[in-house]
Amino acid sequence: MPGSFRLARRSSDFGRFPTEGAVGVKGAGDRNAERRSLAEGARKSAKQNKTRYRKTGLKEEDIDMVRNKLILAAAILSGAALAAPAAEQNEQFIPILSYRTGAYAVNGVPYANGVADYYTLINERDGGINGVKLLVEECETGYATDKGVECYERLKGKGPTGAAFFNPLSTGITFALTEKTATDKIPIITMGYGRADSKNGAVFAYNFPLLGTYWSAADIAIQHIAKEVGGFDKLKGKKISLLYHDSPYGKEPIPMLQVLAKKHGFEFTPIPVTHPGVEQKSQWLAIRQNRPDYVLVWGWGVMNGTAVKEAAAVAYPRDRMIGVWWSGAEPDVTPAGDQAIGYKALMLQHGAGRFAVHADLEKYVYAKGKGLSEPGKVGEVLYNRGMVNAMLGVEAIRKAQEKFGKKPLTGEQVRWGLENLNLSDARLKELGFEGMLKPIRISCSDHEGARDGRVQQWDGKGWKIISDWYSANQSDTEPLVDEVSGKYAADKKIQPRDCSKES
Amino acid sequence: MLYREAGQFKTTYAEDMAIFPIRQDRIALGILLGIAFIGVPLLATFHVWPFAGDYLLWAILLPFLILALAAIGVNILVGYCGQISLGSGAFMAVGAYSAYKSGTGVHIPLAWLGFAISIPPLPVLASILLGGLTAAVVGILFGVPSLRIKGLYLAVATLAAQFFFDWVFLRVPWFTNYAPSGSVNAPALNFFGLVIGTPIERYLLCLTFVTVFAVLAKNLVRGNLGRQWMAIRDMDIAAELIGIRPLYAKLTAFAVSSFIVGVAGALWAFVYLGSWEPLAFSIDRSLQLLFMVIIGGLGSIMGSFVGAAFILILPIMLNLIPTELGVPLSTETITHLEFIIFGSLICYLLIKEPHGFARLISIGKEKLRLWPFPY
Repeated sequence: MPGSFRLARRSSDFGRFPTEGAVGVKGAGDRNAERRSLAEGARKSAKQNKTRYRKTGLKEEDIDMVRNKLILAAAILSGAALAAPAAEQNEQFIPILSYRTGAYAVNGVPYANGVADYYTLINERDGGINGVKLLVEECETGYATDKGVECYERLKGKGPTGAAFFNPLSTGITFALTEKTATDKIPIITMGYGRADSKNGAVFAYNFPLLGTYWSAADIAIQHIAKEVGGFDKLKGKKISLLYHDSPYGKEPIPMLQVLAKKHGFEFTPIPVTHPGVEQKSQWLAIRQNRPDYVLVWGWGVMNGTAVKEAAAVAYPRDRMIGVWWSGAEPDVTPAGDQAIGYKALMLQHGAGRFAVHADLEKYVYAKGKGLSEPGKVGEVLYNRGMVNAMLGVEAIRKAQEKFGKKPLTGEQVRWGLENLNLSDARLKELGFEGMLKPIRISCSDHEGARDGRVQQWDGKGWKIISDWYSANQSDTEPLVDEVSGKYAADKKIQPRDCSKES
Repeated sequence: MLYREAGQFKTTYAEDMAIFPIRQDRIALGILLGIAFIGVPLLATFHVWPFAGDYLLWAILLPFLILALAAIGVNILVGYCGQISLGSGAFMAVGAYSAYKSGTGVHIPLAWLGFAISIPPLPVLASILLGGLTAAVVGILFGVPSLRIKGLYLAVATLAAQFFFDWVFLRVPWFTNYAPSGSVNAPALNFFGLVIGTPIERYLLCLTFVTVFAVLAKNLVRGNLGRQWMAIRDMDIAAELIGIRPLYAKLTAFAVSSFIVGVAGALWAFVYLGSWEPLAFSIDRSLQLLFMVIIGGLGSIMGSFVGAAFILILPIMLNLIPTELGVPLSTETITHLEFIIFGSLICYLLIKEPHGFARLISIGKEKLRLWPFPY
C-alpha cells in the first residue's frame, strides 16, 4: 500500500522546504532517466509494429486509411450529437423502460417482448394509431431506481411531442418518478403494480395503477383463502405469512393485510427477503417453526423460483402458497421442476395462452421476422401481460385522439385519454383480447379501472385456472386509499381535484 | 509555451503558500468556475445545445456533482488518512435519513417516561447540515475500531456499518415516518423563502455546496490536520513517534469524511432523488465511491472529480453512443457491451497508471511546463 501514495506525498506541500527540494531534484533526475528508457522502449515497439503490418500485407497507406476512417467516424459521432431534432413527423413517441439484464431479467425479458411486439403489431397491421405511427425506444433499467430515473430523463423529451406515457415495471422507479411525472405532465402507467394509494386520481393525476393495485391483490388473496378454508368466519385464528421482496414493491400489501387481519382475526406475519432474493434459508426456517396455514409470496425475479425450492426443502405444502400476479409466471416455477406442482398464484385477470390477438401477432409480426420473443414463448403469462399493458396505452392514445385530433399527442393529452378510457366487452373482442380481460372503465376518482382476479395453479406443465372471478372489496381498500393518499396530498401540498367537475 | 511559470516571482509567504501557486492554474480554475456558475445556467436558460432538454442537467451534471462531493469525503478518509472504508454508502444514508427526519420534524415518543420529545421541522439547509453532523458522529463511532485494526481488516469492519444501516433504515419504521412502502419523500426545498425546483436551480444549489466543501477540504488537507492524516497514512508508528496522536488524527479523518459524505447523501436524497428507499445507499454505492477515489487518484481533491466523472458518466455515454449512431443493437447487447468496455477500460487504466487520473494530470502538467521538449 505505501507505494501507491507516492504521488500524493510528492504533490503535498513538503516540497517547499529547501532540503526536500534538493532531494526532489535528485528524485526527478532518476525519474527522467526512467522515462527516457521507457520512451525508447515505446519507439522500439512502434518499429516492431510497422514491420508486423508489412508482414501481414498492410501498408502504411492502409494505416492512414484506417486513421482517416476513425476520424470520419468521430466526425459522424459528433455530427449525430449536434444534429438538430428531426423534422416534425407524424409519429407518437412511446418509451419502454425494460430490464433484459440483471437479477430480474428472467421476468423482465418476456414482459418487454410482449410490450414491444404489440407496438410492432399496431404499426404493421394498422399503420399506427389512426395513421400516427408509433416510435418506440427501449431503455435498460436493470430494475435499478437510479438507472430508471436516468432513462426517464433520457426519453421524456423524445419524438415530436415527447413521451406519451411511461411504464417503468418497477414499484421503486414508480415512487421515484411520481413527482417528476406530475411536474413534466407525463402519465405513468403502472398496470398491476406501483403505489396502491395512486388509485385516487384526484390526488395522483398522472399515476394509473390499471387493473389492480397490491391492496386489491391482497384482498383477492384473502378472499380465496377464505373460500378454501370454508368462509370468512373460519379465518379466525389462522396464521398467514407474507414472504415479501424487501423493497417498496414487497411492502405495499402490508398495510392492507394488517387491516384484513384485524377484520377477520387471522394472525399475520410479514417475512422480508433481501434483494435479489436468492438467500431465503432463514426465512423458510422461520416458516417451518411457525407453521403458517398459508404463505403469500410477493416476489420477483429469482426470488420466486428460490421460494418454491426452499418451500420444498422444508416440506411446506406448495398448494398452501399463493403468489401475487408477479409471482405466477412460467419462469417462476419451471426452475423448481416437479417441486413446483401445486403452487398457486393470483392472475391479473389474464393468464397464459393464445387468443385472437395472437393470431394477428403471428401473421403481421412473427411471419415478417419482426418479433422479439422465441416463438414458443409467445402466450406466456408475462408476455401476455406486456401485451395487455401496451394495448391499454395504445387505446388511451386512441381515446385522446378523439378529443385532440389524429396527430401526435403530448403526455398531458394522453393523460386525458387514460382517464376517460372505457373498454367494453365488444371493444375488447374487436381488439382480440376477448377471454383475457374484463371490461375496464377509468375515471378521475378511480385510476385502477377494474379490480378483478382469479387464481391459477401450476400442474407441472402449465397453469390451470382453479377459481372463479373475485372482485376486490372496495369497502376494505377504500378507507386506506383515502387515508394514505390524503397524507401524501398534505405532505406535498397538493390540492386534490374535484372529480365531479372533471370531464 | 503558455503553461510556464518563468517570471512569476513570489515575494510574500502568502503567495508562496497559495492553493494554486501558478498563475495559469488560477486562470484555468477561474474559467472553469465561470463556465460552471455562469455559462451553464445561461446556456440552459436559453436551451442552447447541449442543454436543449433537461437531460444533461438532471441525469448527468446533478448526480456527478453530488457523487463528486461524496468522493471528496471518501478521499479524505481513504486517500489522505489511509483508512479503507466500505461504509460510505451507509454514511450517505445516515446523512439522508437524519436530514429527512429533521426536515419533517422529529417525534420521539417516550411512553415509559410519560412524555414525548417533539422537534418541529427544521429549515432545509439546517436539516442538510444536521444530516452531515449526524453522519459525522456515526462516522466517529464506527471509526473507533480503526485504532486497533488496519488495512483490509478495517475495510471489513466498516462493512458492518453498511449492513447495519441498511437494516436499520429498512426495519425501523420510525426513520421513514411509518411510510407503508418504506419509501420516503423529501420535503420541499425551501431555502430562506426561495423554493428550489427547476433543474437549473438544483444544479446551482449543488454546485455551491460542492465548491464550498471542495475549497474547505483542500485547505484542510494542506493544513496541520491534513499533514497529520498523511503522516498516519504513510507510516503510523513513525507518525506516533513524532508526536501525532493516532486517536485524534484518525477520528478527525472519520468525522470530516463522514460529514462531507453525509451532506452528499442528504443532497442525493433531497435534491436528486426526491423520493428514495434504502436501496439507493446500498453496498453498491459504497463500492462505486471507493472505485471513484481509486481511479480518480488517492489523495487528490481534483482526482475525486475526475473519478466521479469517469465512473458515473462513461457508462452512460457508452450506453448512449450506439443509439445516437443508429446502430441496431438490442438494449441487452448494449448493456453487456457497456459492461465489457467499461470493465476493460478500468483494467487498462489501472495497469497503465495505478495512481489514477490525478497522476496522469500531474504528468501532463509537468510535460506542459517542459514543452516543446518534454521527456
